[in-house]
Amino acid sequence: MTAVVTRGVCAILLVLLLLGSAAAEPPRRELVIFEAASLKEPFARLARRFEAENAGVEVVTNAAGSQELRAQIEHGAAPDVFASADRRHMDALVTQGLVLSPSRFACNEPVLILRAGLAATIKSFADLPRAERIVVGAPEVPIGGYTLQILGKSAAKLGADFPRRVEAKIVSREPNVRQVLAKVVLGEADAAIVYRSDARAARGKVAVVEIPPELKVTAEYPIAALKAAPHPDLARRFIELVRSPAGLSELHEAGFVPCARP
Amino acid sequence: MSALEVDVGGRAGELAIDVALRAAETPLVVVGPNGAGKTSLLMMILGAATPRRGRITLGGATLFDDEQDVDVPLERRGVGFLPQRYALFPHLDALQNVAYGIVAPSRDERRARAMDALRELDVSSLAARRPAALSAGEAQRVALARTLARRPRALLLDEPLAALDVSVRRDVRRFLADGLRAWRLPTVIVTHDRDDAAAFDGDVLVMEHGKVVQRGRLAELERRPGTDFVRQLTSGRRALPPPAP
Amino acid sequence: MRASLSPAPARPGSRAALAARLWPVGLAVLSGGLLLLVALPLAGLFFTTSPRQLLAGLANPLVGPAVRVTLFTTTASLALVVACGTPLAWVIARRRTRAWRVLETALELPVVLPPAVAGVALLLAFGRRGLFGPALAAAGIGLPFTRAAVIVAESFVAAPFYLQAAVAAFRRLDPDLVLVARTLGASWSRVFFTVAIPLSRAGLAGGAAMSWARALGEFGATLMFAGNMEGRTQTLPLAIYAALESDLRTAQSLSIVLVAIAFALLVGVRAGARP
Repeated sequence: MTAVVTRGVCAILLVLLLLGSAAAEPPRRELVIFEAASLKEPFARLARRFEAENAGVEVVTNAAGSQELRAQIEHGAAPDVFASADRRHMDALVTQGLVLSPSRFACNEPVLILRAGLAATIKSFADLPRAERIVVGAPEVPIGGYTLQILGKSAAKLGADFPRRVEAKIVSREPNVRQVLAKVVLGEADAAIVYRSDARAARGKVAVVEIPPELKVTAEYPIAALKAAPHPDLARRFIELVRSPAGLSELHEAGFVPCARP
Repeated sequence: MSALEVDVGGRAGELAIDVALRAAETPLVVVGPNGAGKTSLLMMILGAATPRRGRITLGGATLFDDEQDVDVPLERRGVGFLPQRYALFPHLDALQNVAYGIVAPSRDERRARAMDALRELDVSSLAARRPAALSAGEAQRVALARTLARRPRALLLDEPLAALDVSVRRDVRRFLADGLRAWRLPTVIVTHDRDDAAAFDGDVLVMEHGKVVQRGRLAELERRPGTDFVRQLTSGRRALPPPAP
Repeated sequence: MRASLSPAPARPGSRAALAARLWPVGLAVLSGGLLLLVALPLAGLFFTTSPRQLLAGLANPLVGPAVRVTLFTTTASLALVVACGTPLAWVIARRRTRAWRVLETALELPVVLPPAVAGVALLLAFGRRGLFGPALAAAGIGLPFTRAAVIVAESFVAAPFYLQAAVAAFRRLDPDLVLVARTLGASWSRVFFTVAIPLSRAGLAGGAAMSWARALGEFGATLMFAGNMEGRTQTLPLAIYAALESDLRTAQSLSIVLVAIAFALLVGVRAGARP
């Protein structure tokens, strides 16, 4: 008898499990945001603010590499809002007709960071070859691309062999900027190029050295609502919040800078 | 002929073991119910388990003595052991099994002596066979050849007939009894079968709960059984459970 | 309960008859479910690309160095794990005290550590500021960002798979065989090499195959501990991740290469282990 009962219970549980996914309708409205990893902290604060201002709305944020988020959207994920760390991925989604007109909401600029204790050795960007181990982003990821641009420009200003001297000290090309940052925070790498927002997140653990203005490049962050957004009105209001003075001040707090006029 | 003399105490899990025995001209047959500590006793004599106290001597040489702090390691005790299922190395053929324990200056000589050992037990024709291709009786002979090829100074046999078919058991029993007479080694045989005890024609030692409860000739035990176990054993009712595999 | 114990054929309409009829269906549904779960993604990997795309992906300059680094480091880590792991497994299998049980469990932990955490742990042990970093630095050894670091990371995450299999294999060994070998005069080292290892060969080979497979797929710990440098520390999984940033198709081609290598190695090891 017990065996039959056990089997019956198992069958019921199985059926419940299968129905579960369909039956678990959210009781409240859920706004889903896909944001680039570097936006995690400011967006988390903005999400709380948005929930406070809109009763009955729950904001779910998913922070990951922009290219990962783009791939997820291409394969059917349907968030309400997508905020990318680089125009390339956003433009790709525009071409495929998956997002509505994107707008630029913040900019980020690369800075040189040093592990604790090296600030005396490396006082300016020109001292970079003095580092023993340099870590950069892989050329495929945005920060790696910007690093290449900076090094390319540096030849004219800091000497034709400057890029080569830096290249000789590169020990790793990391596939995302958080890995680059981690290597310096942990003290394994001496120097790295990351976004100012990352350096801000690791305040106290790394020293920041400015990159000379003439070498500087700027990363543009576009945001857009998805064409298939389940809650288009909420998506529009969230984007408005991000672009409002309150939103910009959160972003500024996190190390983002206002974008120069194009 | 030398003698194996044992007087040990120790623990085997929950069981407290305390046994004195002597084996010389005739085999000593140890009987007892499952869990009586027979195998643990064999392990202590072999050197695979350490008694808490006592003394083991073989032909005058001390193998173990807690007071004199002697504990000859297992591989140097010179005690041959035949486990219940013979434990032939399954990845070696019969000849390689026998050669495993032989110490000789050259490989050829090892093989020659292994072949001699197989021949003495009439199983030289099985030299190239793996254990999986041997019957239980054949496997026992090969295992005995392997043990004897090392020229042990004493023999311990754990349930030597339990793995055999009833149909061949009688023949093997006779062969083994004859062999033991010929090899002239102090021998301890653990068994659960009255007929074994009778065939080996030695003193019988009955163990229960780690202790010796009765000892003597089989006929004596049959006349005056000291415990229910002995009564069942000697009455031939075969109330004994078969040994654990 | 009576029905299932009864040797007679079940009466039609009885519970037992129903169960007998449902059994094959249940068996098919449940086992088929898992089969599809595992097989479909693999099929997706292979069948959503065209030969031309595959070839184009293989022509990517990342492929050659990544394959070489992967084969070199995984082979080295397998050798390290087997050479040190076999004796360790033997010791663990023969000790039955609580301390050894705890150690055995501790040695399985790398399996549950998220790979990135494993990488951080390696840095905290062998990195510049790690427990042994200063000692290593004094000896002139800097592990992080080197090929040796890749081997260490792969060994760290892969070793438990081999250890578990080897301990299990040694525990299955008939204790009488070991005992008899000892009574035949064999030293412990002779027992180990001539009895334990030959008789545990299949289990050891299975463990080696699993451990190798795990090392092949290692990503997180390697990235954290050894970094990502083409031709030096960039293994296939790292190259795949790098390629994902730019082009899914290249990543897919590389993944197919990785799966093909893993499959060939696993089949080879298993075939070689057959007695």
